[in-house]
Amino acid sequence: MNAMIVDDSRAMRRILRQIVEPLGFQVIEAGHGVEALNRVSEFPDLDLILVDWNMPEMNGIDFVTAIRANPAHRGIKLVMVTTETEPSKMARALMAGVDEFVMKPFTPEILVDKLRLIGISVE
Amino acid sequence: MDTTDFCYVRDLVQRRAAIVLETEKTYLVESRLQPLARREGFLNIAELVAKLRMSATGELHGRVVEAMTTNETSFFRDLQPFEAFRKVILPELIAKRATRQLRIWCAACSTGQEPYSIAMLLREHFPQLATWDVKILATDLSTQVLEKARSGSFNQIEVNRGLGAPYLSKYFDRQGLTWQLKAPIRQMIEFRHMNLIEPWPTLPSMDVVFIRNVLIYFDIQTKKDILRRVRHLLRPDGYLFLGGAESTMNLDDSFVRTEVEKFSVYRLR
Repeated sequence: MNAMIVDDSRAMRRILRQIVEPLGFQVIEAGHGVEALNRVSEFPDLDLILVDWNMPEMNGIDFVTAIRANPAHRGIKLVMVTTETEPSKMARALMAGVDEFVMKPFTPEILVDKLRLIGISVE
Repeated sequence: MDTTDFCYVRDLVQRRAAIVLETEKTYLVESRLQPLARREGFLNIAELVAKLRMSATGELHGRVVEAMTTNETSFFRDLQPFEAFRKVILPELIAKRATRQLRIWCAACSTGQEPYSIAMLLREHFPQLATWDVKILATDLSTQVLEKARSGSFNQIEVNRGLGAPYLSKYFDRQGLTWQLKAPIRQMIEFRHMNLIEPWPTLPSMDVVFIRNVLIYFDIQTKKDILRRVRHLLRPDGYLFLGGAESTMNLDDSFVRTEVEKFSVYRLR
């Protein structure tokens, strides 16, 4: 399975990679929303994108909106991983098209649980 | 931990809660009793047990038993049983119940995530039940966890776990690091203190009973006893949910296993 991690923090991308790779994913990283959008087109077999909310120039919501606007990417699961914790923000992310929402801080078990909720099974 | 101290605790817990603690579980006893010993003002577990030995029973004994019997739980734990409940079992019961009445029991509910998951599921997927007489009874042996369960308050890790964002954003209020279930959801559940191995209070007939990941702690006779009492309580067409690794096999023949959405549920023959 293939996953992309989109976060402007290199440390965060590393943390997420360390959790996601052992689950069996091939991981690609992007530090910027625009870069991520370009790379998504390069990887037609993308199963999952983990994306931060607060990023410079293109935030996670705009990124998610852009992905969902393209029918070619319909099969990709989108999970927002963020320090945002307001229920209203969560609702907004869901409306924009994320499949799930993980609040930082989180544990690997939490991410696995969330993936299972959206139909991504990892053992 | 001293072996004789472990044996004392083991015997106490067996007597009061019929729970079997093998010697390999020393670490479990230590991890549960160290915090309790500190809270009660003892230097260590040895001092705590020394105090326990001074009388046959008392409040402290009760607190020790409670500390050993609290179960780990999470929202929508294992997911599959809730899918079976939502997709097949509830629609079936709803179609059958001309009385428009549903009774659900979550035994050993611990901090409440299981009954609250059920309540949210009903609210979200079965709005027609708003005009029904639906009662969710949730019971546990520990007064401490019941208090937390009643408050409906959870920390960020607890609500991050197993709970889909659609539910979280809709049915919770957040205040700082605390998430609390909204009042309409909390009000759907009656939390009651109950020890499964003691005589049961009079309970109404149940349409669905959840006793998940509890029976594993009991010896065989106690398991049989509990299942026998569940049998008398369950409606003829009702359902029993056990934990994924549990079964009624070799315990009670009056239950038959059936698979719903890839999950095993139990019904009366």
